[in-house]
Amino acid sequence: MLSDIALYGAIETGLIYGLVAFAIYISFRVLDFPDLTVDGSFPLGAAVAAVLIVDGWDPWLATGCAVLAGMAAGAVTAILNVKLKILNLLASILTMIALYSVNLRVMGRPNIALLGEDTVLTPWYSLDLPYHQVPVLLFVIVIFISLILLWRFMKSETGLAMRATGANPRMARAQGIATGAMIILGVAVSNGLVGLAGALFAQSQGAADVTMGVGVIVIGLASLIGGEAVITPSTVMRALIACVVGAIIYRLAIAFALNADFLGLQAQDLNLITAVLVTLAIVLPGIRSSVVSKFTRRKA
Amino acid sequence: MISATDLRLTFGKGTPLENPALRGMSLTVNQGEFVTVIGSNGAGKSTFLNALAGEVIVDSGTIVVDNLNVTKLPTHKRAGRVARVFQDPLAGTCEGLSIEENLSLAIKRGQRRGLSTAVKRQYMEQFRESLSSLNLGLENRLGDKMGLLSGGQRQAVSLLMASLTPSAILLLDEHTAALDPKTGAFVLALTTKIIEEQKLTALMVTHSMKQALEVGSRTVMLHQGQVVFDIAGKDREGLEVKDLLELFETQRGLSVDDDSLLLS
Repeated sequence: MLSDIALYGAIETGLIYGLVAFAIYISFRVLDFPDLTVDGSFPLGAAVAAVLIVDGWDPWLATGCAVLAGMAAGAVTAILNVKLKILNLLASILTMIALYSVNLRVMGRPNIALLGEDTVLTPWYSLDLPYHQVPVLLFVIVIFISLILLWRFMKSETGLAMRATGANPRMARAQGIATGAMIILGVAVSNGLVGLAGALFAQSQGAADVTMGVGVIVIGLASLIGGEAVITPSTVMRALIACVVGAIIYRLAIAFALNADFLGLQAQDLNLITAVLVTLAIVLPGIRSSVVSKFTRRKA
Repeated sequence: MISATDLRLTFGKGTPLENPALRGMSLTVNQGEFVTVIGSNGAGKSTFLNALAGEVIVDSGTIVVDNLNVTKLPTHKRAGRVARVFQDPLAGTCEGLSIEENLSLAIKRGQRRGLSTAVKRQYMEQFRESLSSLNLGLENRLGDKMGLLSGGQRQAVSLLMASLTPSAILLLDEHTAALDPKTGAFVLALTTKIIEEQKLTALMVTHSMKQALEVGSRTVMLHQGQVVFDIAGKDREGLEVKDLLELFETQRGLSVDDDSLLLS
C-alpha cells in the first residue's frame, strides 16, 4: 500500500499536472489545436522561476514571470500557425525544439537547485500542518482559483468566441470573430498555465532541469482523457473538473503501479506505464461502447 | 445598399487548373431588395457570395457595402454588415454549444466581445420570442446542445441567428438545397417571412429556377462569371421557367444543358 507521504506526494504532483491538463483542454479540446509546445514551456516556466528566485526575487513575482514566459512561448507557436500558415502540430514542435536552447540560455546551465531558497511554499510551512500536506493545501487553492477563472472566461463573450473558433471556424468568422486572434490568445493562455505548472513543480521539487519537460504533453493528455472517461465533459465546468480528477487519478495510478511490489516495476518504467495508461484510456471507452452496441443489437 | 463592380477572380492562376470564376461581375442591390440568383454549376454563384462575405478576396474590382469599401476586408471585419446562411445545415451553428450559446454568439455579430457573461439573462426574452415563431418548440430547449437538432431545425436556427442583429445584406447560399423537400419548403417560407417582416436586403442563391421566380423581387442569372440577365418588377411577373430558358438562349445564343436547373 501507499505510505502517507507517497499518497500526498502523488496528489501534490497530480494537482500541478491538473494545470497542464487545463492547458491541454484549451488547446486540444477548445481550439482543436494539437499543441506540443508544452514540453518546452513547462521547463521554461521552471527555468524562469528558478533563475529569478535564486536571484532573490519574490517567489510569487518569479512565478508570475514564468506564466508570462509560457504565454510568450504559446504565442510564438500560434503566430507561426496563424500568420505564417505552418501546420499547427509542426509549429508547436518547432517552438518546443527552440525552447530547449532558450531554457539552457535562461538557466545558463542544465539545472538549478532551489534548496534553501524562499519559494511560494516557504511561508506555508509555518502552518500547523504535517510537512507533506502543505504543498497539497497551497496547490488546491491555486488550482481552485485557476479553475474558477477559466470557467468564467469560457462562459464570457470572448471565451464563447474561442470555443466557436475551435468548433466551427467558418461559422465563427461569419459571426465576426477574429479566429486568428482567438487561436493566439488561447494557445498563449494554455502555455501560460503550463508555465505556472512548471514554476510550481520546480519549487515543490526543489530544482529546475532542462529535461523535466519530456513527456509533459503525454501526461497532460493522459490526465485529460482519463478524466473525461470518469466524468463526461458535457459542460465546461465538468470538463475542467475532469482535468483535475484525471491528473490526480493518473498520479495515483502511477504511484500504485510503482509501489505494487508484485508487479516488479521501478522508477525507470514510468514512461512505459504512462504510455500504457494513455493507450488504455483512449481504447477502453471505445471497447466498452462496441461491447454495449453488440449487446443491444442482439436484444433488438 | 451593396454594389459589386467588375469583380474578377481566377483560381489557380498560372497552373494547368486555372479557373476564371468571376469575369467582370457587376451587381447593385438596393435597400430592401430580395434578389434570387441562379446559374448552372460553375457559373460563379458561390464564388460571388464568398467574395461578398470575404471568404475569398477578389483579384480586382470593388465591393461597397453601405458606403464602406470592403473589397480587401477579411470575413470577420465585414461580418457586422454581412449576415450569412450556409448551404450545409451543420455549417451555420456550433453543434457542441447550446442553442442559447449559439444565439448569444450571433447577437454580438460584428461587435466587440468582452469578458462579461456571454449568455445574458436580458437576451432570453428575445430568444424565446424568435424561437417560438418557428413553431418547433425550441423555445423550451434553450439549454439543449445544437447537435441534438435535425438539419432542418438547425437551418431554421441559422436563419434566426443571421437575422438577430441588423445587417446591410443577408446572403443565403442554396440554404434549402441540402434539406428534404418538405423541410426545404418550411425553411424557404420562413426565409421569406423573416425577410418581409424585417424588411431585409437579401441575396439568395438557388439551384432551382422555379424557386428563383417564386420568391424575391428580382432575379439575376449568372453564366461564366458574369450577369447574363437581370429582371425585376413587371418583366418578372408571371414569368415561368421556360420563359427564363428562352431569355437565356436569346441573350447568349446558348442552350441550357444543365439538367438539374431544368428538373428542380
